[in-house]
Amino acid sequence: MVQGGNVKFMTGTALLFLVLGLGLIGWIFGRARASGFVRNAKGGPRGTVNSLPYYHGWFVAICAVTPALLFMLVWQSVSPALVTNMVLSAPAAAELPQDTFARAAILSEARAIAQGFQTTAFQDMSEKLVPLYQGALSYYKWLGVAATLLLFFAGGAYAFTRLKPDFRARSKVERVIMFGLLLASLIAIITTLGIFASLIFESWRFFSMVSPFEFLFGTDWNPKSVVTPGADNGYGAIPLFWGTIFIGAIIAMIVAIPLGLMSAIFLTQYASSTVRKWMKPILEILAGVPTVVYGYFAALTVAPAVRDFAVMLGVSNAASDNALAAGIVMGVMIIPLVSSMSDDSIAAVPNAMRDGSLAMGATKSETIKKVLLPAALPGVVGGVLLAVSRAIGETMIVVMAAGYTANLTANPFDTITTITVQIVALLTGDQDFGSPHTLAAFALGLTLFVTTFFLNYAALRVVKKYREAYE
Amino acid sequence: MNNAVIDPSPTDWNGKIMQKRIASRYAAERRFKAMGFMAVALSTLFLAFLLFTMLGQGLRGFQRTEIAVEFDFPALTAGATAASVTGPNADAALNSMDIPGIVELAVGQQYAGLGDSLLTSAAAANVRQMLIDNPELVASKQTLWLPADSRLDVAFKRQGEPAAEKTVAALADKEALRTGFNWTFLTGADATDPSAVGIWAAFKGSLMTMAITLLLAFPVGVLAALYLEEYASKNKLTDLIEVSINNLAAVPSIIFGLLGLAVFLTMFGMPRSSALVGGLTLALMTMPVIVIAGRNAVKSVPPSIREAALGIGASPVQVVFHHVLPLALPGILTGTIIGMARALGETAPLLMIGMRAFIPAAPQGFTDAATALPVQIYLWSDEVNQGFVEKTSAAIIVLLIFLLGMNALAIYLRNRFETRW
Repeated sequence: MVQGGNVKFMTGTALLFLVLGLGLIGWIFGRARASGFVRNAKGGPRGTVNSLPYYHGWFVAICAVTPALLFMLVWQSVSPALVTNMVLSAPAAAELPQDTFARAAILSEARAIAQGFQTTAFQDMSEKLVPLYQGALSYYKWLGVAATLLLFFAGGAYAFTRLKPDFRARSKVERVIMFGLLLASLIAIITTLGIFASLIFESWRFFSMVSPFEFLFGTDWNPKSVVTPGADNGYGAIPLFWGTIFIGAIIAMIVAIPLGLMSAIFLTQYASSTVRKWMKPILEILAGVPTVVYGYFAALTVAPAVRDFAVMLGVSNAASDNALAAGIVMGVMIIPLVSSMSDDSIAAVPNAMRDGSLAMGATKSETIKKVLLPAALPGVVGGVLLAVSRAIGETMIVVMAAGYTANLTANPFDTITTITVQIVALLTGDQDFGSPHTLAAFALGLTLFVTTFFLNYAALRVVKKYREAYE
Repeated sequence: MNNAVIDPSPTDWNGKIMQKRIASRYAAERRFKAMGFMAVALSTLFLAFLLFTMLGQGLRGFQRTEIAVEFDFPALTAGATAASVTGPNADAALNSMDIPGIVELAVGQQYAGLGDSLLTSAAAANVRQMLIDNPELVASKQTLWLPADSRLDVAFKRQGEPAAEKTVAALADKEALRTGFNWTFLTGADATDPSAVGIWAAFKGSLMTMAITLLLAFPVGVLAALYLEEYASKNKLTDLIEVSINNLAAVPSIIFGLLGLAVFLTMFGMPRSSALVGGLTLALMTMPVIVIAGRNAVKSVPPSIREAALGIGASPVQVVFHHVLPLALPGILTGTIIGMARALGETAPLLMIGMRAFIPAAPQGFTDAATALPVQIYLWSDEVNQGFVEKTSAAIIVLLIFLLGMNALAIYLRNRFETRW
């Protein structure tokens, strides 16, 4: 048993809390100093003191903590490489095997033991490296701690010396706050870029193994784990695209559009305010039920019922993981989305149009069918596009209720698979990152991302244009 | 049309033709209204059906079947005393007793010929716990109620395998069966035996994941909302941020899972299937929801508040942080709770980052391998063993209670603190 505890002492978290705690002390000191300025000020309640005392406190704390934290972040990513270098430069490391894989395995094991994650070594060589690793780890750790604290005190001391009665602490602090606000907003862009870059990068690696032509136009989905360039590798995604469209855009919409639209019409035009008050939250509950619950329900209750129904109809090859069950349940999940989008767009039609129609003697339903719906159509269409985008990106319902077999069929009682099901299937199991299976999942993800992006974009455009028409 | 003869006489509304027409128009009106009513009713019925199915199956998951087993402890343990199983040496004493052997012996003596696996695999651990809780037991003859094996459990609650049904009937004749509350389900972790599973480990994993999500998504979301609504000037960068946020809010959740896999796991080498990575991934997903809700809340604060604050000499930062943010906070919190509820029910991204592992003990830290409640539901739903059906539904009930609670809290906050300006 090696002394893991000693090395683990003073981990990054502890240092983080230490720095933050010291920052608080810096805040108190800065504030106390500025309070002194205020007490000694001549003329008026605050005299010539520019900023409130706590702004001085914040200035000190920010100046001290920020460089220390930044350094910690950099150190976290740099120090592992430094530790490895130090170990490799020791004489004992010369006996390491030249083979890259064996070498990396021994190094990582020795490191795990030295850090206390692992207690026994499986390879003799790593046992010898453990003391080296322990030495290097603690050396660089204490170096890091010392540098962090040094930076902290340097920053704090600099800030403290700058405090004067006429020092503009507030505008400095506010500039930092504005910078923080901008940084927070930029995270959205960074995330989008991150999604796009990782999908593109991994897909590119995939398409260097399997031709994009096969992926986009092939009809045979039976992915092989070892690919041969130029041959048919079973990565034809047409059956998946069809399955996704069939379940998400056809079956689910056949359920969701009539039910959602009619619910919205009934609740906005016919129902009394009491009914509306109770029914709207109930519809919202449908939207709040987690998809894993829908999936379980579809697989356990709806799918067997659908199969029995199919057998009753005389369909002999009805599957227990049929497309219809997944589609119906997905449609129900989508109802609230279609309903609330339709609700919004119907409510946005100017009352004058409705009143005019009613005044001409049209019945309520005639007004709805001939005036309100045509006027609200763009909004409804936008809602449907959003709903389709939700449905084709939906994962758990199809993973649990639809099948895993790629099948190019229009028989709703047959088993069928979708893009999302295959992403989950490809990433399940112990493939290493970089196998064609894993990369194919990213190519499918890219397809999904691009499709939903355009659907969302089109939906927003349609809705926006329509809003402008009545405003 | 040009030469069409226009009938100058007024329409005869009481005539047969017109009356018929009106009647048919009114009939169409009634049909349309009925269709609308049907749509609402169908949606509600589906929800009711779903909830009742889950309740019907799931409530049984909170119960367990127990079998009375008589233990003649002095004979079985060769005269252990209460004193020997208390104090610092209790662990060693209990270990040396071979409790699994004792349980097997006791069951074998009492229910010979009823098959060998009457009790759950955790029965020995249960007996051990009982002895620790009450050392007096060890010195006397006791009848203990121990949880039955999953097959018998299923057979006792509803229809099971014929062999199990027979055993249950035999046990019931001896009045050796009863139904008790399944505490293990609330305190235990995942197991291969459905009668020994519990949701605590998954629930703790969910809580830890949510903690990370909230800690990251809430500050970033609120700050971004404040920036976009209060300070951002209309330029290309702002447009880009807005497009990104609107797009992120509609990206399928599985894509976030792929991002987490490619960036957090592969690129940064963070620990696989940990609550930390799960929380980071879900934070990216929840952040746009909070931004959008936050912007609406900030927008609804009337400009007069800002102008008054500026008028008495507050700086723009002070206006926002001292006046606008506190007034917008209830709205922001409502949006945050709704976003967190969505994240709590999310499964697909967590599957992508490997939170689908078999976790037999609750995670101790943020970097330990963990699972989450919805993922646990998914894993159990995949089990072939019939005993898992009710456990899955029971876990779903727990999840739904939490989600409905969060949503109710959001609605309460909205109604309680919403200010009409």
